[in-house]
Amino acid sequence: MLELKNISFKVSVENQEKEILKNVNLVIDDKFVAITGPNGGGKSTLAKIIAGIYQPTTGQILLDGVDITNKSITERANLGISFAFQQPVRFKGLTVRDLITLSAGKQITVSEACTYLSEVGLCARDYIDREINASLSGGELKRIEIAMIMARGTKLSVFDEPEAGIDLWSFNNLIRVFEKMHEKTNGSIIIISHQERILDIADKIALVANGEVKKYGSKEEILPELLRKENTNFGCVKL
Amino acid sequence: MNIIEKGLLEKITGLHEVPQGAYNIRANGGLGGRNTTANIDIVSKEDKPGIDIIIKPNTKNESVHIPVVVSKSGLNDLVYNDFYIGENADVVIVAGCGIHNNGDEKSSHDGIHSFHVGKNAKIKYVEKHYGDGDGLGERVMNPTTVIEIDEGGYMEMETTQIKGIDSTVRVTNASLANDAKLVIKESLMTHGKQYAKTDFTVDLNGENSSANVISRSVAKDESYQVFLSNINGNNKCAGHTECDAIIMDKARVSAIPEITANHIDASLIHEAAIGKIAGEQLLKLMTLGLTEEEAEEQIVNGFLK
Repeated sequence: MLELKNISFKVSVENQEKEILKNVNLVIDDKFVAITGPNGGGKSTLAKIIAGIYQPTTGQILLDGVDITNKSITERANLGISFAFQQPVRFKGLTVRDLITLSAGKQITVSEACTYLSEVGLCARDYIDREINASLSGGELKRIEIAMIMARGTKLSVFDEPEAGIDLWSFNNLIRVFEKMHEKTNGSIIIISHQERILDIADKIALVANGEVKKYGSKEEILPELLRKENTNFGCVKL
Repeated sequence: MNIIEKGLLEKITGLHEVPQGAYNIRANGGLGGRNTTANIDIVSKEDKPGIDIIIKPNTKNESVHIPVVVSKSGLNDLVYNDFYIGENADVVIVAGCGIHNNGDEKSSHDGIHSFHVGKNAKIKYVEKHYGDGDGLGERVMNPTTVIEIDEGGYMEMETTQIKGIDSTVRVTNASLANDAKLVIKESLMTHGKQYAKTDFTVDLNGENSSANVISRSVAKDESYQVFLSNINGNNKCAGHTECDAIIMDKARVSAIPEITANHIDASLIHEAAIGKIAGEQLLKLMTLGLTEEEAEEQIVNGFLK
């Protein structure tokens, strides 16, 4: 279970303080929670705060009751948090096999590594020895990023817009990947997404806008409401 | 050979024992062992230190190992090796030099290697440089490689220096005839106060000749690297040179690529990039449970692989 208590995050932009997250309180104890909301609303910042990439200005983060607020990225990773980047990173020289092995945290056989790749719809034989360099497309990198999270198999996995940059054909497969993950996981999955079909897999949905959790509840409760407001611009404050 | 020399041999050739096939081991300026085969002859030079390696035409799937080990402090070794690779031969040549210096005097090895690659011959040349030892004496290597590739010949040169060489100036000059092809892959890591200069000059003289010179390097601590690459397109040809360097700590790297087209159908490209390890790369590996130091090590090892 992940608990975010009174999380705030402020940054200084041109000597002006900007509050990206305002007093966020969220308890994640379901298998699959989607976080949605307008661009610039603070979703990715929230994911980075969970992974330890950003330190909150105030507030507390608890993982299974343990305070991890001051733990480093590495410590959190070893405590069971995985984070799939919105924009996967390229590495000259490191291969898909290298990253899957590092993700698994132990030596794994080629066939084990290939299983993860096949799960995300990549033909393992073609990819296992490819370098994670500019020769891979954005969509391929996103799938490898997901395969890495699968290889880690941690109790909490955070995905930041896994659908971004994925073509429509691959998107259908991606939905299947997450449906399967939902079935199989023994922990919790947090997905930041704008896609109705991903939100539809979720047990719970949180709407984050203007740095705040505007709504949080079951999919049945939140999704119809969101769809009704489909064309509403959450970010615009009426004067 | 003693244990230290055997250890050096393993570092530079990956071999635990004497190699299969033809070999010549040079240990502390003298002969440490030699074997020839029906197709590959090795002959000591009479006028100066060094050997001639003569590979008969049409020799296929054979290898030659010519490692050099220096374990005496204060030894300054100079050697001239000439390789004659016969027409249509297809061979692997593994060279390399290891210096173990426990003393306080400078130890050095300067190898001058000349390759005469015959018509349609194909060779892969692998060269590794390595140094260790606790003494204050410098470990210095200044290899010079001269390459002539005849019509349709192909040479791939892999040169690696990963650790322990305090100062190196590596000069490689190549000239290519019609349809000849040269691929050079350099991996280099410097640390401490080391200095490494690489200087490639390739003359693409023949029609449809091509060269690809790729260097990947990591400079740590206060080390300094200079990469010079000069490709001259003197005919219808294709040349590409690429220097990709990671700098860390207070290290410095200069990349000076130069391409000159002396023919209207010469097509030449140079690329050079120097920078520190991207923060995102470190973050990604840290989210997999690696510490910052472990992440750095993985990135560097992968980059130089």
